[in-house]
Amino acid sequence: MTVAQQAPSVEFKQRAAAPPPNGRWAGFTHLLMARMKELKREPEVVFWVFVFPILLALGLGIAFRNKPADVTSIAVVPGRGTENVLAMIEHSPRSSSIRARAMDEAAALQGLRLGKFDMVVLPDGKGGLEYRYDPARPESVLSHAEVDDVLQAAAGRKDSIATTTVAASEPGSRYIDFLIPGLLGMNLMNSGMWGVGFSLVDMRQRKLLKRFVGTPMRRSDFLLAIMSSRIVLMIVEVGFLLGFGVIFFHMRVLGSYLSIALLGALGSVTFGGVGLLTASRAQKIESISGLINLVMMPMWIFSGVFFSYERFPAVVQPFIKALPLTALNDALRATILEGTPLRAQAGRLLALGLWGGISFVLALRWFRWA
Amino acid sequence: MGTAIQCKDLRKTYDGKVEAVRGLNLAIEAGECFGLLGPNGAGKTTTIEILEGLLAPTSGEVTILGQTWSKDARDLREQLGISLQETRLSEKLTVRETIELFASFYREPRSSGEVLDELQLTEKADSWVGKLSGGQRQRLAVATALVGNPKILFLDEPTTGLDPQSRRQLWDIIRAFQRAGGTVLLTTHYMDEAERLCDRLAIVDHGVIIAEGTPAELIERLGGHHVVEFSVSGNADGNAMSAWKALPGVDSVRDEEGLFSLSVREPHLTIPALLDVVGKRGVELVHLTTRQASLEDVFVRLTGRHLREE
Repeated sequence: MTVAQQAPSVEFKQRAAAPPPNGRWAGFTHLLMARMKELKREPEVVFWVFVFPILLALGLGIAFRNKPADVTSIAVVPGRGTENVLAMIEHSPRSSSIRARAMDEAAALQGLRLGKFDMVVLPDGKGGLEYRYDPARPESVLSHAEVDDVLQAAAGRKDSIATTTVAASEPGSRYIDFLIPGLLGMNLMNSGMWGVGFSLVDMRQRKLLKRFVGTPMRRSDFLLAIMSSRIVLMIVEVGFLLGFGVIFFHMRVLGSYLSIALLGALGSVTFGGVGLLTASRAQKIESISGLINLVMMPMWIFSGVFFSYERFPAVVQPFIKALPLTALNDALRATILEGTPLRAQAGRLLALGLWGGISFVLALRWFRWA
Repeated sequence: MGTAIQCKDLRKTYDGKVEAVRGLNLAIEAGECFGLLGPNGAGKTTTIEILEGLLAPTSGEVTILGQTWSKDARDLREQLGISLQETRLSEKLTVRETIELFASFYREPRSSGEVLDELQLTEKADSWVGKLSGGQRQRLAVATALVGNPKILFLDEPTTGLDPQSRRQLWDIIRAFQRAGGTVLLTTHYMDEAERLCDRLAIVDHGVIIAEGTPAELIERLGGHHVVEFSVSGNADGNAMSAWKALPGVDSVRDEEGLFSLSVREPHLTIPALLDVVGKRGVELVHLTTRQASLEDVFVRLTGRHLREE
């Protein structure tokens, strides 16, 4: 971050003789520079903004990396009808994904209950097979289908449709591809809320806002400087995390970088506005911390950062879609993963704009400087 | 020279209940150093923040340099320098960066280097604000007020909590500003500060001015220039007070838990008489001092309390 550099001291000495009057934007420029310097000199900022999201991406990306479907473990209870089961599985083309062991009934059922086996095959006493499985456990359901399929095929079942299977595990469809845009959105929300909301209340508590208001500083310049510093930081934040995804996880970015930057800027300003509104009256940093978490909590859960919000019941979907982070995450995913142009996402952009715009208007009305 | 700061019947009520300022009138001349002296909670900060345009009064009129906050706020801000009672400037900016930031808000600021020199901060110019001592921080706070080249300087408790040397440094700075033609309004609860620094004073208590004048005038009004303090052994009976009061040259008597203080005009007449009375009453003198009367005595006389009492 070499965004804001101090004016060289030589220039300063020349000015010392007769400082020229300040121009219209002197205050804004100095406020922005001061803000950037402060951020740069704050180690916590560097951690939360840059290191933390990357650690999160790294951790989750590795934990949920795509791997071959798990080997299923089953127990076979010896008896009439099950004599050949082990041999049939062993000679099947899919023997590598089923691990079967012979075991007496009590031990086998105990193993099923403890999750050691996904399914137990028992003799049904009539010469056929009985499958014991737990329909509430996805791996148990899979195991049931797979083992039955293998045994039926081994016993001579003929498939009536000829099928060919091709495995698809391309960049773009993996969990990390889903995750990184979500983290980008979450990061923009976090740093907007903390970077604007928290720091304003901090300045208010330190009476710095009051001190500024006691000068001829334009209040609009001050707010503009805070927002501009967010946008500068956003470019670095987004670039860092996205670059990490591309280099480390070989993510494929289909949309244009300009669209992503525009989305980032809109997201920053929107959450900056929400942060400003949250901070408009709070006097203490303790109360703003609580407020910020309260505002962000529903979005962490519902807005599809870590998993798709489609999993929530249909009733709450309209509510979820109305959240600003949902709009931002959807737009980032569509742009980055599918290359959808911004003009095709007017609804999402409008949702973001409304959240940001309304927050700003209310914040400026309620904001307490002193 | 005209009137720099004027306010009439200033009132401020918080939340419709707490009356912080209750009808305060002030007229401060240009070029003057004026002090608001009073205990904590007297309404000094509320008053100065109303005059600075940071608080709106509940009622009353404020005129600064012939202008009003409602009409000429931005223009006024260009001409005022303020230092709040307690501002924590950004710790991770350097001294120079902080001064330059404040300079950038004014149309025609002074050179930051000059202000750094004047406030003896040049050596610390590139240190982070977080690394400064209390005295240096306070000088920096005044520097951010002076860099705008103000006509009036408002200082709210500028030397509270500072060591004696830092206080004297700040006094020199304030005097230098005044010598250059500036007007100063400061609040303080330090007697010596008010006495040494201020041309005129207003003593504020419970949101009103209870006395106003030059430090000398205020002490003069006390009725005596000297204070004789003494205590005697044994139980003071009820007649003791009237006996002390009857001594020659005594203007008033105060009893503070056995320590009597007499305001006197001519201690050389009072003291022999005092010793005489002590002997006659058959008690022994445990403690006796005499000193010049101070503003503290004025305050105690007016309110029955000490300034620093909570």
